[in-house]
Amino acid sequence: MDASAPIKSSAAEDGARTLHIRHLFKEYRAGQPVLRDVSLTIEGRGLTAIIGPSGTGKSTLVRCINRLVDPTSGEIIFRGQNLAGLRGRELRHARRRIGMVFQEYNLVERLTVIENVLCGRLGYLPVWRAWLRRFPPADIARAFDLLDAVGLSAHATQRADQLSGGQRQRVGIARALMQEPDLLLADEPTSSLDPKTSVEIMELIARRAGERDIPVIVNIHNVDLAKRYADRIIGMARGTVVFDGPPQALEHSHLIDIYGGEGWLE
Amino acid sequence: MSAPALIDAPAADGPRRWHRFSVLERIGRSTFYLLALLAIVWSFRTIEIIPEFLVDAPTQTADLFARMWPIDWKWYPKVVHPALVETLHIATLGTILAIAMAVPTALLVARNITGSIVLNNIGRFILVATRSVHAMVWALFFVAVFGPGALAGMLAIAVHSVGFTGKFLAEAIEEARPGPIEALRAAGAPPLSILIKGYWPQVKPAFLSIAVFRWDINVRESAVLGLVGGGGIGMALDSAMSNLYWDQVGLVLLVIFGVVVVTETLTTWVRSRII
Repeated sequence: MDASAPIKSSAAEDGARTLHIRHLFKEYRAGQPVLRDVSLTIEGRGLTAIIGPSGTGKSTLVRCINRLVDPTSGEIIFRGQNLAGLRGRELRHARRRIGMVFQEYNLVERLTVIENVLCGRLGYLPVWRAWLRRFPPADIARAFDLLDAVGLSAHATQRADQLSGGQRQRVGIARALMQEPDLLLADEPTSSLDPKTSVEIMELIARRAGERDIPVIVNIHNVDLAKRYADRIIGMARGTVVFDGPPQALEHSHLIDIYGGEGWLE
Repeated sequence: MSAPALIDAPAADGPRRWHRFSVLERIGRSTFYLLALLAIVWSFRTIEIIPEFLVDAPTQTADLFARMWPIDWKWYPKVVHPALVETLHIATLGTILAIAMAVPTALLVARNITGSIVLNNIGRFILVATRSVHAMVWALFFVAVFGPGALAGMLAIAVHSVGFTGKFLAEAIEEARPGPIEALRAAGAPPLSILIKGYWPQVKPAFLSIAVFRWDINVRESAVLGLVGGGGIGMALDSAMSNLYWDQVGLVLLVIFGVVVVTETLTTWVRSRII
């Protein structure tokens, strides 16, 4: 075996993790498309940030990927499957490979922190095990490791509703990583947090996903945070992609195109 | 000095007027009051109050209480105590059975669990149908089927309680926050696991509160089921009354009152601990 073998295999892995979105449309009400013909290829590595004004379909786009929202038409190809056409068990199995971090954290508040993290394994766990809390020892060990990684080991047995916003989002990240995902989605992960915590959370997502080679797609309002952490920025406006490139290429003129007006840029 | 500019100039045709109701609304309200008065007068004429009995009432009441005194405590260990225990058993078993039937019905009714309007309405029909028939009427029915005794009373309590517990349980399920549910769905969790890990922790406090509250109501209801043959302390009351043993009637009433106070206190305390 020559030295290049592992690199090749990891490149093949990246290829498998590449996400292809083709001609994606979504209408919540007939005749009023929120997404109009979005086509994107997102490589299986790095952090991609989607920016754009409120109501432009960023969240819809991300939620179409793991089918929390059903697209009206179009294809979403991931790991050799068209996610847009999956149902039932097949869809659940595909979702296990995609982690998600939410704006409102979406923790089960009356459960403990550790159990919230373990909930990331529910897709792999027989129902009776979930019911009796018979989590496999390996999962429990990994949950504690992830709590270490997000700096919350001291809070493992606390109830989730006793945590602050930033701490809850850390639990959300640990839960998503618990799935050992091939793709991490983050829907406005910092919008409910103060500026300092926002930076910490973005840092955490970028670092923990980066060291595990998990590609990340983040919806984000904050352009500065997007530029700081993203390898690629996608600007959306009016339901379509209007900018796609590295952060350095994002100019004032692009921001005017994405958000409209220019008084706010001064 | 810009303050005067903020005050609007009075309208040209004198001071502006304001009334809470328009003329039409006032006519409507007056008509309603008139109709309500007519309804009250009509009701009084229908119930046919006999003036002599009305005048007599305080004397009769005093007489009844006088006959109850002194209370026949000796009767307690022999008859009243076993009947009281039976009443508590009817209430408790009835509540447990009611919950067992109410949980699946509530899942059927809750729109965030069952996506079919037809199934929602079938569940809702079950809840309304069981609740709209009084426990006493259910007891008459089950006495006819199973004969008089605690079984009939317990089933009456159980079936009548399904509507109440199911309705509030369904509401609690519908009030569960959708966010955590969405997160578990996104992790690929199967529906039953979502129910157990997403819904149950959110519904649990309401569930316990509803169960305890219903048990409290059922203790009170099962105390009178004996009057129609449903077993329990009501049967003791019934036999004492038909034998005109007023000192025993007094004892039973006192015991029922005591039990109601105790359960009320107990359940209020438990519910305050849950919430």
